[in-house]
Amino acid sequence: MNKHTKEPLLRTVKRAEMGNRQILILRLLAILLSLVAGGIFILCIGYNPFVIYGTIVTGAFRSAMAVQATVKIMIPLLICSLGVTLAFKMRFWNIGAEGQLIFGATCASFFALYCSNWNHVVLLLVMAVAGIVGGGLWGLIPAFFKVKFNTNETLFTLMLNYIAMYFVSYLQDGPWRDPAANGFSKIQRFDANAALDKVAGIQCGWIVALLLVVIVFVYLKFSKSGYEIGVVGVSQDTARYAGMNVKKIILKTMFLSGAICGLGGMIQASGSDVTLTMNVAGGVGFTAIIVAWLSQLNPFVILIVSFLFAVLEKGSSVVQSSFGLSTDCADVLQGIILFFILGCEFFVRYKFVGRSKGGDK
Amino acid sequence: MDMVIKFLVAAVLAGTPLLYGTVGEILSEKTGHLNLGVEGMMSIGACAGFMAGYQTDSFVIAILASALAGALSALIYALLTVTFMANQNVTGLTLTIFGIGLANFIGVMMIAKSPDGTLKLPEHITAAMRSIHIPGLSDIPVAGPLLFSYNPFVYLGILIAILCGIYLGKTKTGLNVQAIGQNPAAADAAGIQVTKWKYINIIAGGAICGIGGAYCSMIINGGVWISDNVGGLGWIAVALVIFASWRPTFAIWGSFVFGALRILKYYIPQSVFPFPIAFYDMLPFLITAIVLVISSIRNRRNSNMPEALGNNYFREER
Amino acid sequence: MADYAIECKKITKTFGSVVANDQIDLKVKKGEILALLGENGSGKTTLMNMLSGIYHPDSGEILVNGQTVAINSPVDAMHLGIGMIHQHFKLVDSFRAMDNIVIGTKGKRLTDKELSQKIKEICDKFGLEIEPEKRVYEMSVSEKQTVEIVKVLYKGADILILDEPTAVLTPQETERLFDILRKMKEKGCAIIIITHKLQEVLEISDRVTILRKGKSIETVETAKSNKQTLTELMVGRKVSLEIDRPEPEHVDTILKVVDLSVDKPDGSKGLDDISFEIKKGEILGVAGVAGSGQKELCETIAGLMQAKEGAILYKKTNLLGKTPSEIINLGISMSFVPEDRLGMGLVSTMGMTDNMLLKSYKAGKGPFVRRKPAKELAAKLVEKLSIVTPSIETPVRMMSGGNVQKVLLGREIESEPNLLITAYPVRGLDINSSYVIYDLLNEQKKKNVAVMYIGEDLDVLLELSDRIMVLCHGKITGILDARTATKEQIGLLMTGDTEDAAEEMTKGGQTNE
Repeated sequence: MNKHTKEPLLRTVKRAEMGNRQILILRLLAILLSLVAGGIFILCIGYNPFVIYGTIVTGAFRSAMAVQATVKIMIPLLICSLGVTLAFKMRFWNIGAEGQLIFGATCASFFALYCSNWNHVVLLLVMAVAGIVGGGLWGLIPAFFKVKFNTNETLFTLMLNYIAMYFVSYLQDGPWRDPAANGFSKIQRFDANAALDKVAGIQCGWIVALLLVVIVFVYLKFSKSGYEIGVVGVSQDTARYAGMNVKKIILKTMFLSGAICGLGGMIQASGSDVTLTMNVAGGVGFTAIIVAWLSQLNPFVILIVSFLFAVLEKGSSVVQSSFGLSTDCADVLQGIILFFILGCEFFVRYKFVGRSKGGDK
Repeated sequence: MDMVIKFLVAAVLAGTPLLYGTVGEILSEKTGHLNLGVEGMMSIGACAGFMAGYQTDSFVIAILASALAGALSALIYALLTVTFMANQNVTGLTLTIFGIGLANFIGVMMIAKSPDGTLKLPEHITAAMRSIHIPGLSDIPVAGPLLFSYNPFVYLGILIAILCGIYLGKTKTGLNVQAIGQNPAAADAAGIQVTKWKYINIIAGGAICGIGGAYCSMIINGGVWISDNVGGLGWIAVALVIFASWRPTFAIWGSFVFGALRILKYYIPQSVFPFPIAFYDMLPFLITAIVLVISSIRNRRNSNMPEALGNNYFREER
Repeated sequence: MADYAIECKKITKTFGSVVANDQIDLKVKKGEILALLGENGSGKTTLMNMLSGIYHPDSGEILVNGQTVAINSPVDAMHLGIGMIHQHFKLVDSFRAMDNIVIGTKGKRLTDKELSQKIKEICDKFGLEIEPEKRVYEMSVSEKQTVEIVKVLYKGADILILDEPTAVLTPQETERLFDILRKMKEKGCAIIIITHKLQEVLEISDRVTILRKGKSIETVETAKSNKQTLTELMVGRKVSLEIDRPEPEHVDTILKVVDLSVDKPDGSKGLDDISFEIKKGEILGVAGVAGSGQKELCETIAGLMQAKEGAILYKKTNLLGKTPSEIINLGISMSFVPEDRLGMGLVSTMGMTDNMLLKSYKAGKGPFVRRKPAKELAAKLVEKLSIVTPSIETPVRMMSGGNVQKVLLGREIESEPNLLITAYPVRGLDINSSYVIYDLLNEQKKKNVAVMYIGEDLDVLLELSDRIMVLCHGKITGILDARTATKEQIGLLMTGDTEDAAEEMTKGGQTNE
């Protein structure tokens, strides 16, 4: 009978509520630890972590051009993160930012390719609307099936990413193929008329992105629609009880979520790539999910985090040219950082208790 | 006729990595943990398997390395979602980004170190992975090529699927595991060690996914390393779990059907159906989306889906 | 030596900053039924969860059969012969009864036949009845409870803990359960029954241990106590058990339900051809076993569920086909307190201010929400109902149950409804908080509001309501005058036994239908 008297080494218990300051310190600690873990990883592959980290930071800021390149990387990431934030606030697992970005870019590209002789401003505005509508529709599809049949949105949005990607592949192989690229299947470069103008040496998408930060913040925090999103996210039953049309809210919010990502696609294609490729999203849609989550869905924090991620990415490309390490390094480090942040959230609400403190005297 | 047999054989081959991914994910989901990191775990397994084979010349070590790497990556997921109760969607997704990044990163690094700028498995290993030829059996017309002409991965995959089917469906432990996925609080109160079995299933699932990854890196490209070699198969596997309604044995034919979809483009002459190639590439994802919708329309109750899927469990939650 | 099956010495358990158990002592002998009496929130369930290995005490000692033990998990509890029947059943819905019984046990898997045989033996021994092949989701509440009991007996438990086992049962089912418990006691089992119903304590237990605010107050012999003394020990001071019941004044009909039938989402019958009226200035109590159609009734009136046929006439307008927000605007307020308390009616992550906005956020022109009036309203409620909260921006999920329910009901009342539907408003509340809620409802009644009160406790229904409507399987089995009806009568109607209820009626009360 007495066999079971040994206590487990560690037990999980709920802790008293933490203050905001404590939480902040905890998160900073997690980031620090993740950098240490990343450093160990770098050490394992035979490099000096301080040198690599140093190169990443200096690489992103070493010249005006480098900073411009960093901001350029940040633009689509920031916009998509804001896009998925709307859906996530509603607890709608929109993993489809990638596809929404691609489809938005595709719709915008149609006008860039076939209406390039329009007035410059009109053309860009039409392209932006096309991007918004395209991305929005791509976001509307999973929302429609969700409200109609409760189809799992995580997997459905995921599939739509690949469908959008292969749709571009079809376009570049077939109807939109550049005949001048002898044998090589690609879409021709946009006319200069269809390219976004530069402000401060960077395509003007950054202004749009910054505006979106404010708009999304105000929308979520102060608008009636934002309030609805918050209620639906916590409990659809409560929302219905309060007289909200839950289905309409889900459809509307997913359209907006997709629309923001689609606009990001237009900005990426017209401002940075000046053409449309299968790679127009290049994983930004996925990274955006990490950024949004890391930032606790706060638009201003998203701005900071996506900038830091852009630094990491730009810095990694410098590391590549200096040390021959692939830029995938950035993905690895992002992963490690998020692992630690995800782990640290636990300590906000729980703690471990050791054996000695327990019931035995 | 020859063409049909060839097509079916190719479908089985193309479906095998999906089979591993699907069965691995079923093990995890049966305990209530939706792991979106299949793609990442497969990538890590792919990389570990390939590099181990490349370095050691041993097929067996390659397989073991891929399983171990898959298991380790699943351990990260298990630690975060079971013990630290982190959001399953985000954790899985991060694992995918991390896994693909890590595999590509190591691949690029190894290429840089190789003398001729490519990574190719030694002939010795590629030989071991070639189709098995069983004298007599493999020569039977029709049945021979259809049943006895595959590489060892195929048979191992089917064997694992059947074993997992028996484990979940017929054993007492399997019943306990199902209870965890349906209602962890009830399982806990009944004296089942919820945490322990969650870990075991998630990690075993990761190991199986890892082997599936090795198939992608070692077989699909003829023993030459390329980046992104899992190429979205992990995602299809996640969806296939629904298609197979959480039954490992259903996953066998399910993955072969999807294997067939993946290779359709090589077997349907352009002159008959003038669809663009991109359409065929899109097909598995399109069908999965359609399957998702259909399965959500069809069933409510009695679907095999674990009721606690996606929710973490804390015993002292009030 | 080992007289006591279980001894708890100075058990303490905290959740975050809340002390749930403070140095609690408790003892139970073999062949004895101990009642653990205390108000909601007094720490009964927490204590028992520690005995069954769900929680782990921060400090203190547990002895089983005279030996000090550490119970780290339900497995440990099982080995020690402790089995707990939880208030919210811990059953896997999609499994059959027998699968639920066998999971978690050691040994190799038995065939269905062997297992059924073994289960039958146990059932025969204690006079239980179950269908081993039946799936849990097809079972009634009392069947589920039986499965839970068989489950712990199958695992060889001789110390049984039952957490509020009668809360979901009709009086007749309760009697049957008590017979089973007495039989177990004869066979030498130690039984702890958690309850806050005094009548049951007096009926079944040998001794009573009383908890109050996480402390063990006293243990008394049941034979030497009575309702009044137990209540005083439980609440800590003298209380009157009377609920105020003012006479209704203006009794015009405000809501008329005619031949209403509603299907549940799974296609089964939720409400089956029911007709009744609610009048201004009265409280219409609704009784019934959980799941008899209460939820469907509330949700259909509130416009959340579609009716199959019939009509709901509110001052001559048919509510069917109207949207929930149109119905809210007509002055109908519905507050449903579900089992998890926060599921409907309040947004758990939001503070009081934002919760005040829930039904009125659309007010005012323009795209933005006006928070100022909501803030004022929240502050007003805090003062008026003495709600305890660190600030009106603190998420409501961090507030205690009583305060949460005050917030919910307070908001509904502030919207000045003509018809107030309230379901389980005192669920999980202690006596004092419950009385605050009853007072609020009576206040509304005096203001000529029609109140529909859906409750669990028959004693309260009998004392608070003017009329009581009894639901059984979606049908109305009777509408009684609460001033003359008896508990037995309602109990019989709850099981659909209208004949015996009629007989009971001729003895005592009478219907007004």
